[in-house]
Amino acid sequence: MNFAAFIQKNLPYILAGISVGGQYALIAIGYTMVYGILRLINFAHGDIFMVAGLVMVYTSASLPIYVAMPIVLVSTVILGVLIEKLAYKPLRTAPRMSVMISAIGVSYLIQNLALYITGGLPQTYPKIPYISDTISVFGAATKRVTVITPILTLVLIVVLVLLIKYTKIGIAMRAVSKDFETSQLMGVKINKVISMTFVIGSFLAAVGSLLYFTNYTSVMPTSGAMPGLKAFVAAVFGGIGSIPGAVVGAFIIGICENIIKGAGLTTFSDAFTFALLIVILCVKPTGIFGEKNIDKV
Amino acid sequence: MKKLLALLLAALLVFSLVACGGSGDATTDPSASGESSSDSATGNDVVKIGVFEPQSGDNGAGGKQEILGMQYANHVAPTVEIGGKTYDVKLEIVDNESSTDKAPTAAQTLVSAGVSVALGSYGSSVAIAGSPVFQSAGIPAIGVTCTNPQVTEGNSHYFRICFLDPFQGTVLANYAFKELKAKKAYILAQLGNDYDQGLANYFTKAFEALGGTVVKEDFPEGNSDFTSYLTNAKNQNCEVIFSPTSISYAQLIVEQSTSQGTGLPLLASDTWDSNVILKAAKGTDAKIYVTTFYQEGGNKEFDDGIKAWINGDSQAKTNNGGDDTVAAVTAMGYDAYFVALEALKKAGSTAPADVMKALPSVSYTGVSGKIEFNETGDAKRDTAFVKNANTETGAWDFVAEQGV
Repeated sequence: MNFAAFIQKNLPYILAGISVGGQYALIAIGYTMVYGILRLINFAHGDIFMVAGLVMVYTSASLPIYVAMPIVLVSTVILGVLIEKLAYKPLRTAPRMSVMISAIGVSYLIQNLALYITGGLPQTYPKIPYISDTISVFGAATKRVTVITPILTLVLIVVLVLLIKYTKIGIAMRAVSKDFETSQLMGVKINKVISMTFVIGSFLAAVGSLLYFTNYTSVMPTSGAMPGLKAFVAAVFGGIGSIPGAVVGAFIIGICENIIKGAGLTTFSDAFTFALLIVILCVKPTGIFGEKNIDKV
Repeated sequence: MKKLLALLLAALLVFSLVACGGSGDATTDPSASGESSSDSATGNDVVKIGVFEPQSGDNGAGGKQEILGMQYANHVAPTVEIGGKTYDVKLEIVDNESSTDKAPTAAQTLVSAGVSVALGSYGSSVAIAGSPVFQSAGIPAIGVTCTNPQVTEGNSHYFRICFLDPFQGTVLANYAFKELKAKKAYILAQLGNDYDQGLANYFTKAFEALGGTVVKEDFPEGNSDFTSYLTNAKNQNCEVIFSPTSISYAQLIVEQSTSQGTGLPLLASDTWDSNVILKAAKGTDAKIYVTTFYQEGGNKEFDDGIKAWINGDSQAKTNNGGDDTVAAVTAMGYDAYFVALEALKKAGSTAPADVMKALPSVSYTGVSGKIEFNETGDAKRDTAFVKNANTETGAWDFVAEQGV
């Protein structure tokens, strides 16, 4: 087969895969950071992502898009921190299972509130000028956001890694994730560190939602569930607690999913993601980049 | 102290839940509260008609539009003469949440409310799931736009006023092959959805009988990325995409098809006949064809009346998607209400058993055409309307009246 024709035929799958992978990555970082610090899987994270989408729908109805976007980012961050303060902080000394159940409760609460507010109808996401435009990449038509997503994702991650490596709060975060109690004894302000984790996680989820819903322009109360679950699988795949791991995992899942659809096995595209989760947990429970936990006696 | 706080919090939660529930009922059921006050005003006896429709979930948008037709019909004809006595008609509206596990509970709510006849549901799977509850209670049900044959097959209590999927699928296949001149069709359907899979099946049979070939692919529930599916369609040189999906997915398919520049015509069934699709298609180069029950402009008196009513009621307008386009399901909802009244009149009583006996012989000419039932309880229909989405004006253009 002619090479150019081959590229033109298969590029759309790869493009879609990279783009959706970038969006999963932005959500997966929120899961993995919270887990690194609190050893908590924040099940409400996918729903925070969905709320960011809904806030955009409602604010852009009355405000220009350039005002609505910062509002989305800020309100999502506030929501993330608020959830931590109300639902997780009071349970700091409780068994880990209680916090997990609290997280599941928050997830359903948010979904049902969204159901009540939207009346269960899919809401059309507004068009963000420039990134919603259709462009042509090597003869494959796609939205500009598809190309922007991976670049923006990588830039944000580099910034995040630098932040964790060189700033004071970053060092504190690493200390807390290594040993919660000792770092507290060393004078690390634990609540500040945890709040910061939720700020970063929610911010990235909000950016992810802007990109995701620009591509798939319909927001429903359950819109956060699937991307949230897949991002979670990505975080586990890469080694939960590791940021580069989450990113690599997300891109792999995004690309594989779309290649499977392209290979005519559309029925199994979701099954693949979850089969992968099971295989990873059996073969390498700590994921690609995960650290081995040594229990000290 | 801490225990007290926890107790207070729990009490607050329970209270807020109760409050939420209360206000929820008030908003989803505006007509019911309106009717109950008029009962006392007129002093008439009340006959209840159950409305078994989704108001949330994948089919929420369509269900709400179907209810609008019934509410408008109830507004036009709020009373009925049964056995020489005037009754006030009260609509009992329940939300079956587009879900086959919630449907039996919703149906049970109607049975407990003591309805004489039930209307609905939008979405065949839900109608099939609720059917046994009506059957065991001996209450007749009238399907409004559920097109899957299994709804009425093998039972005597379910009737239906619209055409069926074997008919609709064949009409669409004919249209694709003869009018759109397509030889290869791509079918995109939701996994495990009776409606989607049924239509896909009938379309395939008819299209292959005509000499065409089909490629069929399924997507899982909750999927929002259709770009790979659309690329598949293009790569396999299909000439038309047939996607009998619910509206939630339809919007995404239209959007992604145009931004990917597939240029393929989209062919769909009655579910796509909605202003949601028109909004998604407006200003793009999408070519969308749907088959449906009613074409706006078919009955001027009805169109004008319902537009005025929708514009005068902000809640109705929101439920109709924010404008006054008359969806075919709304027209069908309107006709279903009058078929139910006709059956009540003929029965001469409000007892569900009598209504069931009267229904097979009902004949009524509504805005969507003449409605008579055959021996399985289906309406005798032999034509469907084909419409095309006008991407400039954002309205439906009438294309043809297509038979088999």
